[in-house]
Amino acid sequence: MNSLIDIFDLTPQEIMELINTACDIIDRPAAYAHKCDGKILATLFFEPSTRTRLSFESAMLSLGGQVLGFSEAKSSSAAKGESVADTIRTVSCYSDIIAMRHPKEGAPLVASMHSPVPIINAGDGGHNHPTQTLTDLLTIHREKGHFDGLTVGLCGDLKFGRTVHSLVAAMSRYPDVRFVLISPEELKLPRYVKEQYIKNPGIPYIQSASLEEVMPQLDILYMTRVQRERFFNEEDYLRLKDSYILTPEKLRGAKEDLRILHPLPRVNEISVAVDNDPRACYFKQVQYGKYIRMALILKMLGIE
Amino acid sequence: MIIDAIQNGIVIDHITAGKSMELYSILGLGELDCTVAILKNVTSRKLGRKDIIKIDREMELDWDLIGYVDPSITVNIIRGGELKEKRKLNLPERIRGVLKCKNPRCITSVEQELPQEFILTDREKRVYRCIYCESQAGA
Repeated sequence: MNSLIDIFDLTPQEIMELINTACDIIDRPAAYAHKCDGKILATLFFEPSTRTRLSFESAMLSLGGQVLGFSEAKSSSAAKGESVADTIRTVSCYSDIIAMRHPKEGAPLVASMHSPVPIINAGDGGHNHPTQTLTDLLTIHREKGHFDGLTVGLCGDLKFGRTVHSLVAAMSRYPDVRFVLISPEELKLPRYVKEQYIKNPGIPYIQSASLEEVMPQLDILYMTRVQRERFFNEEDYLRLKDSYILTPEKLRGAKEDLRILHPLPRVNEISVAVDNDPRACYFKQVQYGKYIRMALILKMLGIE
Repeated sequence: MIIDAIQNGIVIDHITAGKSMELYSILGLGELDCTVAILKNVTSRKLGRKDIIKIDREMELDWDLIGYVDPSITVNIIRGGELKEKRKLNLPERIRGVLKCKNPRCITSVEQELPQEFILTDREKRVYRCIYCESQAGA
């Protein structure tokens, strides 16, 4: 694999290999502490993202490698008008692998077309964020032990949430998965995503405006934030916002082995009172994000 | 109405009625110095009405582009007054340098020297998507 731009650049088998490597890293971190000695990861963040950048850097440092890069466009030559292609040609002279976040959709693909070293898309605008999806998949697999047969609830902003679209796409490749789509009318999953990944492959799904009604069915609950700016008027936002805030009361009917995920950052869509519930996984998910990125870096550098 | 048969050239046939001027413009036929005939609303058994373009010389044509504009088209190559090649067109898998991505968040909106390229993602609905941002063409 040369670059990871989209989650579909990976087959389900390759994703399983990454998950297995990540699990081995969790079990035997010392065995991996020098795997990337002498290797350099460049983190090119043309827009700020503390969590993703630190996760990549921590992953490389834990493998014994080193990191360089920038964390916002104004401290890069892009501020002087340099093209993505030229930046990449330059940075690839200094590094063995590049993780790149860019506000413009498709920028990492352009980078991969001009780079002699592997490119990892660390998020391009509202488009793709494959390492978040890998993080979500590792979390689900670690917590449930399998993907098959799970009922996956996705709640909140299903219209604009790129992590939701990618997770639906990735999970739709496993047998007997079922989706429960929980959102206000204004923020329903886009039709093309639903048709391509749910309806056309014939995957069972239900749509609901009520989180509480469907809660007892769920094995996984993937929460996202309902943002004020997504609504046409304030009245609708105020009417709906509390329906999609997860509280201990709403969890009353949930399964004991439900797992709650969130791509973070959280604002108020999960009450802090839920944080101590053993079903809450969103901070473990952050930790898993580092391990799956370690596995990915190893795979892309061809290190066993 | 009689248009002379051509000896050496190209006949673009079965153009959906009304699309010939678009094709004329996209293929840059206005820049040719040979005879070019545009026949509009010709009676057709297959289509009811159709347009035809006759070009009185051979030239390189962008098959993908023609297929994109109108996949029902047939192109006939005439040599020595005889039909030498008949080509039926399909929607192309990829189109380069014709469509422009309109998504303001696409990398092509800021790096305008990047080649514009679209891939066919739904043949039935004729959906093309930008290779960079996956936005639907024309949406």
